[in-house]
Amino acid sequence: MLSPWFLCRNEDLKEMLESNKESLKLEAMKRIVGLIAKGKNASELFPAVVKNVASKNIELKKLVYVYLVRYAEEQQDLALLSISTFQRALKDPNQLIRASALRVLSSIRVPIIVPIMMLAIKEAATDLSPYVRKTAAHAIQKLFSLDPDQKEHLIEVIEKLLKDKSTLVAGSVVMAFEEVCPDRIDLIHKNYRKLCNLLVDVEEWGQVVIIHMLTRYARTQFVSPWREDAVFDENSEKAFYDSEEERRVDQSKPYIMDPDHRLLLRNTKPLLQSRNTAVVMAVSQLYWHLSPKHELSIITKSLVRLLRSHREVQYIVLQNIATMSIQRKGMFEPFMKSFYVRSTDATHIKTLKLEILTNLANEANISTILREFQTYVKSQDKAFAAATIQAIGCCATNISEVTDTCLNGLVLLLSNRDETVVAESVVVIKKLLQTQPSQHSDIIKHMAKLFDNITVPMARASILWLMGEYCEHVPKIAPDVLRKMAKTFTDEEDIVKLQIVNLAAKLYLTNSKQTKLLTQYILNLGKYDQNYDIRDRTRFIRQLIVPNEKSGALSKYARRILMAPKPAPVLQSAFKDRDRFQLGTLSHTLNSQASGYLELSDWPAVAPDQSVRNVEVVEPQKNGNAVKVESRSESESGSESSSSESSSESRSELDSDSDSGTDQKKNTKPKPKTLNIMTKYILIHIVLSISSPFFVNCMCSLLHLCVFLACQFDAVSWPVRVSLQASSPVFVPETSHELLHRMTGKGLSAQYRFTRQPCIYGNSMVSLQLTLSNRTDQALENIHISEKSSTGQNIHRFNAIGELNTTKEDEFSVSIQPAVGELLLPITMSEADFTKEQGNTNTSYWHADETPTNQPIHFSACISRFAGKTVSSGSLVLVSVALKDPDAMITINTEKTVMGSMLLRQVKTALTNSGP
Amino acid sequence: MIHSLFLINASGDIFLEKHWKSVVSRSVCDYFFEALERATEPENVPPVIPTPHHFLINVLRHRIYFVAVIQSEVPPLFVIEFLHRVVDTFQDYFGVCTEAAIKDNVVVVYELLEEMLDNGFPLATESNILKELIKPPTILRTVVNTITGSTNVGEQLPTGQLSVVPWRRTGVKYTNNEAYFDVVEEIDAIIDKSGSTITAEIQGVVDACVKLTGMPDLTLSFMNPRLLDDVSFHPCVRFKRWEAERILSFIPPDGNFRLLSYHVSSQNLVAIPVYVKHNISFREGSSQGRFELTLGPKQTMGKAVESVLVSSQLPRGVLNANLNPSQGTYTFDPVTKLLSWDVGKINPQKLPSLKGSMSLQTGASKPDENPTINIQFKIQQLAISGLKVNRLDMYGEKYKPFKGIKYMTKAGKFQVRT
Repeated sequence: MLSPWFLCRNEDLKEMLESNKESLKLEAMKRIVGLIAKGKNASELFPAVVKNVASKNIELKKLVYVYLVRYAEEQQDLALLSISTFQRALKDPNQLIRASALRVLSSIRVPIIVPIMMLAIKEAATDLSPYVRKTAAHAIQKLFSLDPDQKEHLIEVIEKLLKDKSTLVAGSVVMAFEEVCPDRIDLIHKNYRKLCNLLVDVEEWGQVVIIHMLTRYARTQFVSPWREDAVFDENSEKAFYDSEEERRVDQSKPYIMDPDHRLLLRNTKPLLQSRNTAVVMAVSQLYWHLSPKHELSIITKSLVRLLRSHREVQYIVLQNIATMSIQRKGMFEPFMKSFYVRSTDATHIKTLKLEILTNLANEANISTILREFQTYVKSQDKAFAAATIQAIGCCATNISEVTDTCLNGLVLLLSNRDETVVAESVVVIKKLLQTQPSQHSDIIKHMAKLFDNITVPMARASILWLMGEYCEHVPKIAPDVLRKMAKTFTDEEDIVKLQIVNLAAKLYLTNSKQTKLLTQYILNLGKYDQNYDIRDRTRFIRQLIVPNEKSGALSKYARRILMAPKPAPVLQSAFKDRDRFQLGTLSHTLNSQASGYLELSDWPAVAPDQSVRNVEVVEPQKNGNAVKVESRSESESGSESSSSESSSESRSELDSDSDSGTDQKKNTKPKPKTLNIMTKYILIHIVLSISSPFFVNCMCSLLHLCVFLACQFDAVSWPVRVSLQASSPVFVPETSHELLHRMTGKGLSAQYRFTRQPCIYGNSMVSLQLTLSNRTDQALENIHISEKSSTGQNIHRFNAIGELNTTKEDEFSVSIQPAVGELLLPITMSEADFTKEQGNTNTSYWHADETPTNQPIHFSACISRFAGKTVSSGSLVLVSVALKDPDAMITINTEKTVMGSMLLRQVKTALTNSGP
Repeated sequence: MIHSLFLINASGDIFLEKHWKSVVSRSVCDYFFEALERATEPENVPPVIPTPHHFLINVLRHRIYFVAVIQSEVPPLFVIEFLHRVVDTFQDYFGVCTEAAIKDNVVVVYELLEEMLDNGFPLATESNILKELIKPPTILRTVVNTITGSTNVGEQLPTGQLSVVPWRRTGVKYTNNEAYFDVVEEIDAIIDKSGSTITAEIQGVVDACVKLTGMPDLTLSFMNPRLLDDVSFHPCVRFKRWEAERILSFIPPDGNFRLLSYHVSSQNLVAIPVYVKHNISFREGSSQGRFELTLGPKQTMGKAVESVLVSSQLPRGVLNANLNPSQGTYTFDPVTKLLSWDVGKINPQKLPSLKGSMSLQTGASKPDENPTINIQFKIQQLAISGLKVNRLDMYGEKYKPFKGIKYMTKAGKFQVRT
């Protein structure tokens, strides 16, 4: 139903699109996009628009893309015309064009082109540009939703992309994983550590997705940190406290956390400081579901911080806090005041805050909370005031000390002017009275007096029920109320009528003398009521209470049936059952399972094999006794992460290893415990070749050696002579050496350490980090390195550090003594090349020595090799250490004789000192 | 994740729609309109609305509802945070985020939304990357474009997208290199009837405007970093450095950004800079009520309290208010019952006051609740927590930047119960 005006306008656009002028076409496309944005139909223009898909003008092209994606589904045949353009663009040298071609191609929902899309995705997944690979990851989901039959092929691509080391790709591919094959947990194993380590550098949206995925992963792979006997029973608080007790008693089986579990917790913690609320929430839920209970408190502050954010954010965060606060009051109790309600809050925020305050209430803080509630009851927002009254009721039942106070407060509210407040109070009082009716007959009397003024049906019904239930406590008033009700029966609401019938029946049984006629009258009225519920109830009651020949045995028990003591209702939080859903999810917010919700599994009783997460590095396929060596992914990350952090990172990894006290036999990573040997930081690339049966043994014994040789097992063969390519250090020491003591330096102390980073000022320089600190209370000025350096060393001077004022001038001469190892850069070469170089004796000076080692070494032959080059001249240095019981054979090949002998000496000392 | 986006104005018209996957009919918004009708106030619409086949997640900003349609499980905060980011981007591009601005720039809006999401998953949300892909509209550029036919759309992938510092573009050049930092603190407080503080806390932010050439590496240190209890950073801040030394070290984004937001530890007592003396009473049986309000400075460290604005939602029974302010102007809206008094600056010698009477509905009983008073104010040159920036250093570039720091204290959610 297009108006003629619209048609003519479309004609006009068509003409513009077919003109030769770029600017006219662009103008037309802009107007068309305007139409699409308004939701108007512009599909007849498809042929005219699609012609411009190959336009050179990038803006025009983009707008055509927008159009194409919107209407391709409706005009499938015509859309095919554009495909060849995209196929061409997929080969474009510009990565932005490649990526956008793939984006549009995969967004065209035309089933015929599925094979083309598949091909394009596979190709893009191996593209050099991480941006294109990211686009490929997005395209996977699109293709999957278009044709789920491609699942198997897509999983292959996902597997490939999961291995990707780029932070750009990580988030998108995990998203694809979650959409396509969330059950293929096995694909994650090998990438788990990498994902954990990359997490901080991934863009924030990717972080959210990865964290949610890792939460699920961790719940299938690690054992519960809440102890296995502390049965994880989310629904009962009691079980939780019981387990605490047990924990104290039963310390026999110590729980050791899997280092990978710890890695996840440690690497997500900094993200609590993210500016993105979704990330903070994701980390919080991860801690809630995975961390040991005593570590949980660190998320509290961050969650409370989110309450300062937008209204919608508050809503979601408060919901999650409400669920948490049921199980763990202690977490949020110190922040109770953050949940105080402000008059400007939206109603749903107010009720959530009220919910949380109720959950947090205990004997200690109840008086504060009740005082706060008193102000809320006076609120102008009556729905909120009513919710407060219910909250008071909850507090009163949960904390028996204040039941009376609450009840009195509620009775006072009965004289409130507002209907809803009074009605709500009556309902809550009714519930409270059920717990201890005998002491409160005067309250019931009071309510009976108010009865005439109350018009809200629910409240009237509640009072009538109370009268009936406790008619023995108010024998004089109850029949009178019934009399009044008989008069107004026909005008009452259904719910009230039912209670009138109830009251009549109960009074008939207890006080039939006074009320027999009244009851008959009411039952007769009920018999002809319009509502069948009431007719039904009346008939039932009559049969039950009025004895006649037909009623038989049941009427004997009428009294027992009607006057049975009734259990008090339990007032409990609406968030009680929400914890069946993972926190932070949509399902949790709605309290019903949304489609695509992935269940969080329970902890496994026994941890699955943890070695599946080890990343294997394959030796070059050479001699048969080559051994696969496990190297932990930490070493990868150390070199990957930004340079400023790499030192601290690798350091902390090592620390944690010794902290967690992992089994030494399984852990092939050497544990540097005695870190005070001089040569300990020499970087060595070792190619291991030993007979396999001895492997485990060797590895244990190698620990001694590796104490000072932080090693990396590498298998890549490099053409050695062509280029001596330096590789990055695996381990950077943190210890610094003293350069100038503060006493000698008159307050100025200086320390230096080798950063092992490539020097930015020149390739032949060693970078040195100098830390100057001022230990005096005065400022030091104009610190610089003077020109007079005796040894002819070339130092890149830094600019004078300008500071505040002093007058004295001092000069100190200092010297830096680097260990020889610091002057070397590690390089990578294959074993074959190594031996070749070593044999090439005419260029190298060799040193050999036999040292008796004073340690028992159990293996027969083990050779460790290190290849490096000197920083200054770039000449090759080869070190090989052959351990033969009880001796070790050290061979050093280098052109630099002095350095060779120094190195030999240091390795020797290290070997002799590193005994057990 | 996000299927579609609908923009709905205050009068309930859908004025923009965008789909990232198959088209979702706009009739899905009917569920939203139902919720809107049920809600008494615009703010009371629940942020998440379930419908039989979809879920609607909405945010309300600048009186526009941004309604995202999603089909399956997704962390709701993910969508909410993204929608807010969209609004921030619009504001950044067009100066304001109003219906008119969006309609005027509908093509740019579409191009932006296209870049921000791919298949419903966020692709580029960093403002500097977006600005390289799609240039913000300026009058000059519009004129130039119409003459030369050049476009607003970049042809190269922004360098930031691939680098480790995605928030900064390369090749930034300025003739005047300057870095300004604003420390803004907000006091949230609830004061009870008697004037005692029920709860008070300080939240602060450090906003920066950095216009520096090249790739500067900045460090900012505080005199008293211990005050900061809980912090959240712009992604550029190196977290480890903060953990170890309590120093902010970062390569800044280009232009305006929020470097840090913090919460001052609750152990510290919060200085309340203003006090309120009030006497609001209604007499039983009379149709008159009395209204008296006096403001005064309390703990302001000698600084002037400025831009004071008092507002209060009077009870429904009040028909009109006849008041007399000693300074400033007041308005009373008889429909919404909102009283607001623009006080201006508080002069400690002559305290501002607002006195007079309120007329009530005749015959109606006296309102049993007293209104809450909301106060806004500003104090220049003062961070109420005592936080002080120690120094700012720049590494990595040779020139000397011009540095500046400004402090300000504002009232956040500052309420006085009467």
